[in-house]
Amino acid sequence: MAGDELKLLGAWASPWVSRVQIALHLKGLNYEYVEEDLDNKSDLLLESNPVHKKVPVLIHDGKPICESLVIVQYIDEAFASTGPSLLPVDPYERAIARFWAAFIDDKLLVPWKQAFSGKTEEEKDQGRKQLLAAVETLEGGLMECSKGKPLFGGDSVGYLDVVLGGLLSWLHGTEALCGVELFDAGRTPLLSAWAERFGALDAAKAVLPDVGKLVEFAKMRRAQLAAAEAAAAAAAAKKN
Amino acid sequence: MAAGKGEDLKLLGLDESPFAARVRMALSVKGVGYEYIVQDLFNKSELLLRSNPVHKKVPVLIHNGNTICESLVIVQYVDEVWAGMGTSILPADPYKRAVARFWAAFIDDKLFPAWVGIMRAATEEERAEKVKETFAAIEHLEKAFVECSNGKAFFGGDSVGYVDLALGCFLFWFGAVHKMFGVEIIDASKSPLLAAWAGRFGETSAAAEVLPEPDKAVEYAMKLRAKRAAAK
Repeated sequence: MAGDELKLLGAWASPWVSRVQIALHLKGLNYEYVEEDLDNKSDLLLESNPVHKKVPVLIHDGKPICESLVIVQYIDEAFASTGPSLLPVDPYERAIARFWAAFIDDKLLVPWKQAFSGKTEEEKDQGRKQLLAAVETLEGGLMECSKGKPLFGGDSVGYLDVVLGGLLSWLHGTEALCGVELFDAGRTPLLSAWAERFGALDAAKAVLPDVGKLVEFAKMRRAQLAAAEAAAAAAAAKKN
Repeated sequence: MAAGKGEDLKLLGLDESPFAARVRMALSVKGVGYEYIVQDLFNKSELLLRSNPVHKKVPVLIHNGNTICESLVIVQYVDEVWAGMGTSILPADPYKRAVARFWAAFIDDKLFPAWVGIMRAATEEERAEKVKETFAAIEHLEKAFVECSNGKAFFGGDSVGYVDLALGCFLFWFGAVHKMFGVEIIDASKSPLLAAWAGRFGETSAAAEVLPEPDKAVEYAMKLRAKRAAAK
């Protein structure tokens, strides 16, 4: 039947894919899920996202939408009459939600990566410090958005909950992967409580990957990349 | 909602900031009056630090005492609050909105670091790498123009839209890069559609009102470089 065919190109470990799946789940939308092998990308993925060649890609009636934040907003707007609204109605509250979404992607993830796969202990340590500072700032953001309610969206799950929530398994894996605990009830009480509440939602339980499995996978990938880099460096050294 | 007397709408920015220019052009498209408070980024004001404690950057829009930060967030805010005025910045159709947001994100995530990298490169090798990255991004945007404009004058169609503002704010800095490094980022032989678009964009009232001459950006770049050298 034409009119509302949804297909999602994803990868089980990708937190950006989780974001989109959580949004689709909250909206009660049916979709076909296609698991991509990121080491052997499908023609469909390469055609649908020629610019970045990345997941997630949402294909709605044959038209691709790329970039997780763009996709989540698209889902909210294209299916405005289906399920709950993700973005707030008020323009100022929408701006606040978008501001913190940008903060999460720009300021949290870069130091996280550095703490995870920095080349030296010093680099990793710098990443850890910046990551903790960013999380503390985000704690302030949660206080601003939630106004004492359980979620960023207030009483119900909103855009920002989805944006951070998609990352939840990775966030829980931070201690094992980066050597620092992200959600500490002492340092960031609101975020710690939020993590528990969000994790208990049906959408979260249905979508988010198992933390243990994710940690194992991430460690394996990190070792693989390090080995590949070492091999490339050795080959380059031999040439000289 | 009325444009207000300009007293309940303030913008913290500076002429040389392309991100502040985005917002100023958006306000111009909407025909909305505001108080423009020029900032000294080498000596940040209390007002700036209080209004944007997270990033301490411009632009910051202060509307009825509420602060909004991040240029693309502000532009969407302006488009939504003054929806009935001027022309629409984002399209009405959800899919077209998604395409516009995609390209604006691309401009900030891929094009901006590349062209800034041309200016900040420490070696000629690094500079050449950044030039390559910049041209690669421009190539994508040349295709984006076809997709978004649908044969019309702007990415936004008949009128200036979200992607026009996101890219157009860099034009005076591209002029500065040309003067300083001899690199023509939007080169008519490589990206003819964008070159033609750039000409049209420059002639819009929003751009004419807001964008400074490239020389001003060159001066500012020199100032930044001197400050950085002194800090070492």
